[in-house]
Amino acid sequence: MNEFTSSIGQPNAVSIIFFFVFVAATLVITWFAAKKSRTASQFYAAGRSVTGLQNGLALAGDYMSAASFLGIAGLVALKGYDGLIYSIGFLVGWPIIMFLIAEPLRNLGKYTFADVVAYRLRQKPVRIAASVGSLMTVAFYLIAQMVGSGSLVKLMFGLPYEGAVIAVGAIMIAYVLFGGMLATTWVQIIKAVLLMGGATVVVFLVLTTYGFSPTALFGAAAAKYGDKVLAPGGLVSNPWDALSLGIALMFGTAGLPHILMRFYTVPDAKAARKSVFYATGFISYFYILTFIIGFGAMALVGHDVITRFDKGGNMAALLLAEVTGGTVFLGFIAAVAFATILAVVAGLTLAGATTFSHDLYVNVFKRGQATEQDEVKMAKRGTLFLGVLAVGLGIAFKGQNVAFMVGLAFAIAASANFPALLMSILWKRFSTTGAWVSIATGATLAAGLIILSPTVWVDVLGNAQAIFPWKNPALISLPAAFVAGWIASLLCPDREAQEKYAEQKIRNYLAVGAE
Amino acid sequence: MDTNIRQPDEALFQELVRKKWTVSLVLTAIMLAIYYGFILVLAFAKDILAAKIGEGLTVGIPIGALVILSACVLTGVYVAWANGPYDRAVKKILENMRGEGK
Repeated sequence: MNEFTSSIGQPNAVSIIFFFVFVAATLVITWFAAKKSRTASQFYAAGRSVTGLQNGLALAGDYMSAASFLGIAGLVALKGYDGLIYSIGFLVGWPIIMFLIAEPLRNLGKYTFADVVAYRLRQKPVRIAASVGSLMTVAFYLIAQMVGSGSLVKLMFGLPYEGAVIAVGAIMIAYVLFGGMLATTWVQIIKAVLLMGGATVVVFLVLTTYGFSPTALFGAAAAKYGDKVLAPGGLVSNPWDALSLGIALMFGTAGLPHILMRFYTVPDAKAARKSVFYATGFISYFYILTFIIGFGAMALVGHDVITRFDKGGNMAALLLAEVTGGTVFLGFIAAVAFATILAVVAGLTLAGATTFSHDLYVNVFKRGQATEQDEVKMAKRGTLFLGVLAVGLGIAFKGQNVAFMVGLAFAIAASANFPALLMSILWKRFSTTGAWVSIATGATLAAGLIILSPTVWVDVLGNAQAIFPWKNPALISLPAAFVAGWIASLLCPDREAQEKYAEQKIRNYLAVGAE
Repeated sequence: MDTNIRQPDEALFQELVRKKWTVSLVLTAIMLAIYYGFILVLAFAKDILAAKIGEGLTVGIPIGALVILSACVLTGVYVAWANGPYDRAVKKILENMRGEGK
């Protein structure tokens, strides 16, 4: 195996061609979408014209990041079964979105989840708090994606890191700035189809080697590295930590602003529900493929080669593509991985820009009195600002360990965004003070405990012993946010909000007055 | 949309809301039980999942696949109920509200 050579890391002509075709096609779509992105509802919500199936694909495209494709395939390739535990965690948030928040979100809100939280509360304090939760989630997620994209593109094509980050930033800004939600939606749909299609072909090629029997493949991997790869290993060493991570992944998914925002692109609650069902199906299918790809890489490429290209295993899926389908196929899969990064960062940037303009500028700064033109103008400025900021932060964090930032984004989403959203929907006596206290408690505890946890205190800051023992804080920060919101609502009740609850319920369940 | 908001039939509406949350909470409870059951077995009794049931297969692999499948089935059950019986009940309440106004 020492003879193994790969064209990974060198500019690959096929890959560059595929990538340019993708960028050209999506920019043409953006050009058409630009004509339909003038009003606020068009810019933020694609005119609410997206169908359930389209939104299901776009949700999947928004959610399946390059990290979950290359990262989980790599984790499976190196650790075996343990990788599946992560996939399951990333999936189980979707039924929760469906059962608890999809309908109320669609019926009560306009463009952001803060619309729902602030529906019957005092706008200013609630919007500011919800925006902080939202922007923290988006910012940490975005930094992790930008740094990941720079390193990935460097590994895949040998492009300089800064060049890759700037390229990703520039293309993504073009999508969002000119094409708004409509262009972003189509970028996500195309990417989801390409990613699932590409992964299906890899799995097909792997399984042809094993007579289309997954167990033959698992057996071959076990013969090479022992039966332990088919069983849970060291990933779940501390039960409390495992539970805490599970809570963060499950409820964090239900608090991600760029995911929640997609529910406003469909015409009604019926389509919103359908889109969650499709998204759950697509994401499940994709994670099952990723599991097989990981084992394929383990059996056909092997640990030595995978870790030679990247210690974390991120190149496993690409190496497997090359071994099974040659350089041309490698080029295709690498281009798909790049497209994946673009779709996710575009969704994040749009969500952040919407928070800036709709929640902060219009509803706080202008007290709801802004013209539609002003609102779209601010959203575009927000896009440009966030895009440039993302590139800047991507370059600033070059070479830093940012693996904890995705965990942090999920922990904040689960602790700051989700509890306030759920309480505003279900609890009549939830008050303005309760809302901001809950969000502040969730965000502060999630961020604070992560800093004191082994992932930052030891791995990033280099201390010998962590102050907080678990890697994930959600098991504490999520219940704390609920309790804080509950106590603060009882101590500082909001009579006006309680009176408006009857009207909120009629709109929530009967969609009377829903936009 | 009808801007002239009339009150829905109180009994029908209460029943609708009660049913909606019964279905939602039961399904949520099932999903939580399946997922955290899986995590707890992983944390406290992972030998169960490591047991071999054939060449290239342990108990853990089909169990993991079943957890994934259960998420799809449960969302399917909800969407079938909500887009069917629930939406019909909503329609009926809305028709009553409009009818009374005339």
